[in-house]
Amino acid sequence: MSRKHYGTALPNVDYIDLCGKLIVIEGPDCSGRSTHIQLLKEWLEASGHPVLCTGLKRSSLMGSLIERAKEGNILGSKTLSLMYATDFADQLENKIIPALRSGFIVLADRYIFTLMARDLVRGSDREWLRELYSFALIPDLIFYMDVDSKTLLHRAFQKYGQLDYWESGMDLGLSNDMFESYTMYNRMLKNEFEQLAQEYGFILVNAAGDFTDTQKAFTEKIIEFI
Amino acid sequence: MYKNKYPGKLYIFEGCDGSGKSTQAYLLKKWLEAERYIVFFTEWNSSDLVQDTTRAAKKQNLLTPTTFSLLHATDFTDRYETHILPHLRAGYIVICDRYIYTAYARDMARGCEYNWVRNLYNFVVQPTKSFYFQAPLSVSLDRILKGRPELMYHEAGLDMGWCDDPIESFKIYQGIMKDNYDKMSKTEDLYVMDATLGINRQQTQLREIIREDLKDYVSPYQKPEIKMDFRKYLNKGDM
Repeated sequence: MSRKHYGTALPNVDYIDLCGKLIVIEGPDCSGRSTHIQLLKEWLEASGHPVLCTGLKRSSLMGSLIERAKEGNILGSKTLSLMYATDFADQLENKIIPALRSGFIVLADRYIFTLMARDLVRGSDREWLRELYSFALIPDLIFYMDVDSKTLLHRAFQKYGQLDYWESGMDLGLSNDMFESYTMYNRMLKNEFEQLAQEYGFILVNAAGDFTDTQKAFTEKIIEFI
Repeated sequence: MYKNKYPGKLYIFEGCDGSGKSTQAYLLKKWLEAERYIVFFTEWNSSDLVQDTTRAAKKQNLLTPTTFSLLHATDFTDRYETHILPHLRAGYIVICDRYIYTAYARDMARGCEYNWVRNLYNFVVQPTKSFYFQAPLSVSLDRILKGRPELMYHEAGLDMGWCDDPIESFKIYQGIMKDNYDKMSKTEDLYVMDATLGINRQQTQLREIIREDLKDYVSPYQKPEIKMDFRKYLNKGDM
């Protein structure tokens, strides 16, 4: 079986026999992604499947550079987006693909869609992004955890005790007021995600309600698939 | 690439290692400065933010063709966003020792898809003039291999596994680079310079072209001359 990408083949990569499963879970900050992924991993491993969890900014190549870059304030938005693209490519080639080759279920805590949505909000060209990330593997399942912005706001307060600079989109200069910026930024992100959902075929999961209901939605879809 | 709509001028220098482009770029900068223009000069792979990461990654041999490409694109984009573009907008002259064609030539040599690489850099300004310093492979190889026989791993293209000998690998790599440049010189807007001519002769040609190009250009700022006439003050400040 040969696995498919979104249009650009990576040099030196063999697409045959990537027999594992790639499951992507997207969703805004505080949607509960990490918690659900952790539980899914426990469940899948208990059921006898090897699991690899990946996420953004976790590559050995770029992780620390991105952290360092975000602390400064002379970073262009395109530079940051290319750092994330490099980080993603590094993890795709060195973690995701080898794991799929060994038959793992890869649970990706966010994928190219978060990167695209963030850049779209910052004015990047849609076609440019589509082509840039066309080397990504097409996942088997893409979940999107849908939470209304009011619930997200309260969860953010409960989680961090305050609003985060980047998660509030303060670099966009929408408003000096962080609270207002947070609301505007998350609304813009949500709009972009809705468009991407159509284009790339997301499975929407309502993550605003009861925790066990969300969990049930995930597990049922995954069982149906494997 | 989009047309330069800014008041600044962008001159870029491309060519294989050993083509002499850096020498030419440097001499051009010296002349323009002597003519009291303000010049911003930038080299490949020199972003303060990214270069340590690139260096470490190369040392530890962590890069694939794709991450090699993306990391250099990140470096370029950092320099582009923080230096090149702002200087053009402010109306200055910018000289780039290598621009996006270097990325095209190298990434394609490593097997990246042409369309993908082109797209990666399609947000940049089109240079006012792009110079490609073309020399027969034997000439550029000779210049490099005579002067600096210690070749770095990626510089020699050893990451591609064409062969184990750095010198032989370098020759293969440069040959592919030259082919890529030669192909681009037909499809892209590159001005081909004969890099086998004497340094001074090439520089004279270059200056003629640039002088013509700068006919209507006015420097946005004149640096005040900082000179001190010591004689005037002699014996006046006795303690």
